[in-house]
Amino acid sequence: MADGAPYWMLWEETVRPGAHWSGLLRRGSTLRITDVAGGGNVSTLLYNYEDRSERYNMPDTLKAQHTAFLTRGVALYSDMGRVLCSITDDTCGWHDTLCGVANAAMVQEKFGPSRFQERRNEYYRNGYDSLLNELGKYDLGKRDLGPTVNLFSKVTVSDAGDLEFHPGNSQPGAYVDLRFEMNVLVVLSSTPHPLDPATAYSPREMQLTAWHSRPAPRNDPCRTRCPENERGFRNTEFWFR
Amino acid sequence: MMESSLDPGNASHRHVIAAGEPWMGTVLAGQHLRILDLEGNQAVDTLFYRADMLEERYSAVDTIRAQRNIYLTTGTVLLSNEGNAMLTIVADTCGRHDTLGGACSAESNTVRYALDKRSMHSCRDNFLLALARWGTQYGKDFSKRDLSSNINFFMNVPVTPAGKLTFADGISSAGRYVEMRADMDVTVLISNCPQLNNPCNAYNPTPVEVMIWD
Repeated sequence: MADGAPYWMLWEETVRPGAHWSGLLRRGSTLRITDVAGGGNVSTLLYNYEDRSERYNMPDTLKAQHTAFLTRGVALYSDMGRVLCSITDDTCGWHDTLCGVANAAMVQEKFGPSRFQERRNEYYRNGYDSLLNELGKYDLGKRDLGPTVNLFSKVTVSDAGDLEFHPGNSQPGAYVDLRFEMNVLVVLSSTPHPLDPATAYSPREMQLTAWHSRPAPRNDPCRTRCPENERGFRNTEFWFR
Repeated sequence: MMESSLDPGNASHRHVIAAGEPWMGTVLAGQHLRILDLEGNQAVDTLFYRADMLEERYSAVDTIRAQRNIYLTTGTVLLSNEGNAMLTIVADTCGRHDTLGGACSAESNTVRYALDKRSMHSCRDNFLLALARWGTQYGKDFSKRDLSSNINFFMNVPVTPAGKLTFADGISSAGRYVEMRADMDVTVLISNCPQLNNPCNAYNPTPVEVMIWD
């Protein structure tokens, strides 16, 4: 963060294209993730920092809010009926959580071989190994790697159930703001979405910007979106009493 | 819709899971596992683990992404988190099965219905009780972190092109079944769903039967 930045700013960091990252975002802080060049993907996992057996739960998030995708106003639930974070702003409109991440075999099949031995740090990374890299730093592993949030990626479902990836969902400079309602371990990988039809391996740079915000007020749009979220936020507040 | 030619009279193992109860078992590579909806519209929450290494387990997101369709039916290959085939659905007289709806829990019931629903019986309580009773027979340190997104056999969770997700009335009925061939040795963890707050069990949980053929 530059000298002279407003007092509420916490930090800024750049995630290089294809890189992985993890860190702690505390209750009452907001993380803006910016897809600088557009067309990116950020596969994200969330854990209660104090009890990491509590983590992002895709089904509980979707069924509480009767939605199959994430956008502004949506709360991201843990398996314990609490809200880990909520999406307070989103210039993109649709974030996937149905499709998981690609593994090494899928990346090699799609883009061809690209090893560290030849490419050094330009080698092709895959979401599965990238997330395992970060999880291992906290004594977490394969058993803890569940469905991800794939920020900036849009995948719709037809009436017959077929999945369709929508290129161009994320424009240059698109951002999503995650306001943290708990102290959360955030783990992310900026590798491409597994259904992205692009034939060249081209992950995008991501900008992370964190600031002090505050917990959701009574009239917060994420809280008042539905009675389910009112109860989810209440459950969350009990954790901090 | 695809029927099976296997005769229940020749099954090597048959077990009726009473309404609202859990079950654990092993299915060996090449064996067939059938789950029979005895009275109709009964959700069967199911997880699979590689028998000799529970770190490898059923992955809902890998399974639906690989087949590019969210519904499970005949021909669906149930994939693991490592991308390996665990089981293949070889017969299905229901039509389609859910893998997005997850399992009900005391905590999610407080969110979805009311704070005073916490005391109602739930699938996660079944899973946790099954692991407490029998978990060490199947794997060291089997615990809550191993309860990833499950399959809900016979459950109907339609998604619209606009992204709306609902729990709809069931499309199963008495006598319908789904049958899988195991592609590796698997541990099976089932909760015969006790949920009373939505139509996934037609508001009346009922027994189901599991059958295994060599």
